[in-house]
Amino acid sequence: MSRHTLSVLVENKPGVLTRVAGLFARRAFNIHSLAVGPTEHEEISRITVVVDVEEHPLEQVTKQLNKLIHVIKIVELEPESSVHRELLLVKVRADAATRTGVLEVVEMFRARVVDVVPESVVIEATGPAAKLDSLLAALEPYGVREIVKSGTLAIGRGARSITDRAFERAVRSA
Amino acid sequence: MTGTPTPAQIAARAEARDQVRTELRSRVVSGKAETEAATPRVGPEEVTGAQSIVRSLEEIGVDTVFGIPGGAILPLYDPLMDSAKLRHILVRHEQGGGHAASGYAHATGRVGVTMATSGPGATNLVTPIADAHMDSIPLVAITGQVASASIGTDAFQEADIVGITLPITKHNFLVTDPADIPRTIAEAFHIASTGRPGPVLVDISKSAMQSRTTFSWPQELQLPGYHPVTKPHSKQIREAARLLATAKRPVLYVGGGVIRSGAANLLRQLVDLSGAPVVTTLMARGAVPDSHPQHLGMPGMHGTVPAVAALQKADLVFALGARFDDRVTGKLSSFAPLAAIIHADIDPAEIGKNREADVPIVGDLREVIGDLLPELAREHETHGKPDVEGWWHQLDEWRRTYPRGYTQPEDGHLSPQHVIQRLGEMTGPDGIYVAGVGQHQMWAAQFISYERPNTWINSGGLGTMGYSVPAAMGAKVGQPDRTVWAIDGDGCFQMTNQELATCAINDIPIKVAVINNSSLGMVRQWQTLFYESRYSNTDLHTGHGTRRIPDFVKLADAYGCEGIRVEHASEVDAAIKRANEIDDRPVVVDFTVSRDAMVWPMVAAGVSNDDIQYARGISPAWDRED
Repeated sequence: MSRHTLSVLVENKPGVLTRVAGLFARRAFNIHSLAVGPTEHEEISRITVVVDVEEHPLEQVTKQLNKLIHVIKIVELEPESSVHRELLLVKVRADAATRTGVLEVVEMFRARVVDVVPESVVIEATGPAAKLDSLLAALEPYGVREIVKSGTLAIGRGARSITDRAFERAVRSA
Repeated sequence: MTGTPTPAQIAARAEARDQVRTELRSRVVSGKAETEAATPRVGPEEVTGAQSIVRSLEEIGVDTVFGIPGGAILPLYDPLMDSAKLRHILVRHEQGGGHAASGYAHATGRVGVTMATSGPGATNLVTPIADAHMDSIPLVAITGQVASASIGTDAFQEADIVGITLPITKHNFLVTDPADIPRTIAEAFHIASTGRPGPVLVDISKSAMQSRTTFSWPQELQLPGYHPVTKPHSKQIREAARLLATAKRPVLYVGGGVIRSGAANLLRQLVDLSGAPVVTTLMARGAVPDSHPQHLGMPGMHGTVPAVAALQKADLVFALGARFDDRVTGKLSSFAPLAAIIHADIDPAEIGKNREADVPIVGDLREVIGDLLPELAREHETHGKPDVEGWWHQLDEWRRTYPRGYTQPEDGHLSPQHVIQRLGEMTGPDGIYVAGVGQHQMWAAQFISYERPNTWINSGGLGTMGYSVPAAMGAKVGQPDRTVWAIDGDGCFQMTNQELATCAINDIPIKVAVINNSSLGMVRQWQTLFYESRYSNTDLHTGHGTRRIPDFVKLADAYGCEGIRVEHASEVDAAIKRANEIDDRPVVVDFTVSRDAMVWPMVAAGVSNDDIQYARGISPAWDRED
């Protein structure tokens, strides 16, 4: 198994996420993470999906995704030529005795404290998955109460835009 | 009264509209629904949403709808009553309506249309929609949905049919705004009929049908993500021609895509030019005439020995609109082990799905074969015709040794193969044959000679028992001048025979041959072969020496059909002759046959095609040097 990140540009229509997620389930592909949101074109949404899959089935799932009428374009973002980020919110036990230690970890990872009460803090951090894993490992001894993570977001490096080209194509064909 | 058009003007307008409709229909059929070309414009007209649906269907050129009304779709049925263009055929069960639309599409190449109400009406369409999805049949299903304000409240007869049919439609829509109706219906027909055809469901809320809106036509399609590739890549075509011109043991492996594409005539030219043997899958029977000397028959689990053996020994397999289904390949890893693969299909996802292709070709088969023919001729000019003489020597030997055939049943009862063979011989290649699923289906695929595409209709991918009677009804509506035989089993027939009422009342004189072996025959065959003849729950009590529940002849009578019972070989011809002569009502012939007859040849499920059995316990001896 290897991990692949796909950017799926879809029409911004109701139910499109169900169609995409349902296809993965139906064809027995395991979604590692999924994130969806708007793009600079209001007609287009972008789904970033990370899958653990071999090369051959990846080709098959890409082709099946392309058959969905609402899917406009699919791009695989290779790690070396793209930026990948996740957002983490974590609630950590932090009282008067341990707060300094927790804050040192926050400092080290360039994370931020976004909520404080006498017995705990909420920390916000962004980064590639590996960095967030390290952060969590460093916080572990203090007592992690609650974790919430976004799916991976990814964008290609350089000046080219995949949404622009997809949008032009969509407009041309309409 | 100055604004009132004269009758002549009305007639001229209607004629112009008909012309546009005919043109649009041919475009939709030919896969090029360019609505902007279909001038003059119609509308805007002030209508209700329900009228807008009827007007859209009329403008698209739909002539027949199979359906059944209910609460949520009631508003649509009111203007439907006034339409002079749409013939609505009231079916007795939504499943029957769906399969009828599929049979209509099969027989005509046009989009089949079915309608149902919300909730149970819509869920009853699930099987025919799944069936059409597996067999790439252009189908549009229109379902009523509860009023927009009630959606999501578990309202009476509410079902999320869009959610339910997501995995079994090519696409589906929920319409709650009446303004979206014409465009959505235009898109549905476009998607259903272009690229790889398939079913499209349009779920329309009752409130959208009841609201006022405007109707205009044609509609601009808004499908930015839908661009089926029809034109093949020239480099791949050249490579395919090169391989085909140099292969020593080529086989053309023809699937249902050839029929959907309307490429049968071009395929014939390719067969003739290449000199290669050809096999036609269950979905492609009729794509090449069975009488063609290069035709080896059907491959697969119940294929002919020559067809199966040719694929196993081939050095080149050229798949055209076929999808390497498990029923064809047997154990995939040992399928056609020596062959390079050229795979041409309009659906890129089929290529490489089961078997890796050495030469992948994405395109419409009409264009693929059309482009390939001159390339292949050029190859032949440059390098001479390929030497396939040795290959044909081998193939002919297999054909001599393992011809199509069957043994008479030992119990002295009627042989089902004999019945089906005679039915085909006496009705001829102009007839249309529509099967259910099971032994009778396989025998109908094997023992009837097909000479034209769209004359063999069956449920291949989903294997839907009960397909035959309603699909035959749809085929007969689409091709009223042809003799249409439903070849059914006693199990299948009991699932959908209520549509005999529809046939009898609407003057749709289909003929039904019930191959009545008093059991779920194919399941029984597997119990004989793989479960020590322990016949768990396969006895149906309809045949010889039973109480005949139900008695199919009485059932036919009850439905206003002619009922004929045949128990002996001596009665077969007379019964078929009589059935073929009756044209004013449906006919049901109850052929009570031996239950011990089995379908041969056979490759058991999951086994290599090399282990095909010609008959029980008889395996071909393959050439040692292979």
